[in-house]
Amino acid sequence: MAATRRITININGVSTSHEVEPRLLLVHYIRDMVELTGTHVGCETSVCGACTVMLNGAAIKSCTVLAVQADGEEVLTIEGLAQGEQLHPLQEAFWECHGLQCGYCTPGMILSAYQLLLRLPRPTEEEIRHGIEGNLCRCTGYQHIVDAVQQAAGQMRARR
Amino acid sequence: MIPASFDYLTPTTLGEAVEALVSHGENARVIAGGHSLLPMMKLRLARPGVLVDLSKIPDLSGIQQENGQITIGALTTHYEIESSDLLKDKCPLLPQTARVIGDAQVRNRGTIGGSLAHADPAADIPASILALGGELRVRGPDSDRWIQAEDFFLGLMTTALKPDEILTKIRIPVLSDRVGTSYQKVAQKASGFAIVGVAVHLGMDGGLCAEIGVGVTGLGSKPYRARGVEEGLRNRRLEPSVIEAASSQVAQDVDPLEDIHASAEFRAHLARLYTARAIVEAAKMAER
Repeated sequence: MAATRRITININGVSTSHEVEPRLLLVHYIRDMVELTGTHVGCETSVCGACTVMLNGAAIKSCTVLAVQADGEEVLTIEGLAQGEQLHPLQEAFWECHGLQCGYCTPGMILSAYQLLLRLPRPTEEEIRHGIEGNLCRCTGYQHIVDAVQQAAGQMRARR
Repeated sequence: MIPASFDYLTPTTLGEAVEALVSHGENARVIAGGHSLLPMMKLRLARPGVLVDLSKIPDLSGIQQENGQITIGALTTHYEIESSDLLKDKCPLLPQTARVIGDAQVRNRGTIGGSLAHADPAADIPASILALGGELRVRGPDSDRWIQAEDFFLGLMTTALKPDEILTKIRIPVLSDRVGTSYQKVAQKASGFAIVGVAVHLGMDGGLCAEIGVGVTGLGSKPYRARGVEEGLRNRRLEPSVIEAASSQVAQDVDPLEDIHASAEFRAHLARLYTARAIVEAAKMAER
């Protein structure tokens, strides 16, 4: 076994630190060591987007990043999006617009949408579809997800 | 899927990184965004014993204009290229190309240097760097040299980089105002990789095609510059018959790849079609 390393990653504002093998993937660090299981493991090949989290403000697929590559960095997972009991506008909108059925893709989908709305507060339907291209949903046919992102965009603009 | 064990090094200078490559030889691999290398390591298609992470070395990313040239650090991400105002203004071909790589998450993490050094025959960026006549800066234990993009790609995932050399930056000329550019690709549905991708930059002068570069990816075992197409367009009016005749040269001397996504014959057909489309789009932009 290769030499382990102690890494420190700030996840949702909380500093976490563990001794890890370099080959440990970030998604397994988040789920198995920090025990935040909202981030899902889907295809494990950087296609499906279920493992999407924010790393230093950029949405990434945590199955294709090593935990050691995130040493000293900041991660936001789905658990960090709500303010206490107050759901994030994206979470509210996915609920209200039926943007999910089984829910497996939802944490990753919401973080990709979050990234999109940070960059484009007023996205067109085409821009939303381009923005969530890296996330697969096998239930909804995407229309309700697009509706949810549009609704959330309006709410987020209104809050500013 | 988890990669086999490896040691992980985080050098803080280029010199240290090169030293690590020298001491570990072919057992070591450089990692930037890791979006080509990690998937291969999970599948055991690559099994390096040592990973040399470049991310802690300063000054390897960023986009700058100096003396008629644009320099792009090897660790610059596809998203940074896609969203760069300097590139949109002075070299729109690169944002046009970067925008259709993978998906948003992949573009946030994947780097231009990683894509070029990995030399996947279906990667998008190499076609555009070839069309632009770009140059790649390579640092090794005894070398610090520029390599022409055309001399860089040697074959399937094979480049002019030696095992102890690191690609540090890419340089492209600033294009004149009358230049039009386009990147057109047929994407493989699941992965987004190019079944065929064609990058064109062309400049018009007095109604004639005065400046032309055509780069092709996906068709053969390596990305290449389609000189035959360029010759067919140079100093001509870009009439439909001229574009069609020039585009028909795109697959000359190329042995087209064949897989479940496209036969060799179909790939060559797509290459001719998308070359013509890219020329038409670039010409439209040049005339604006």
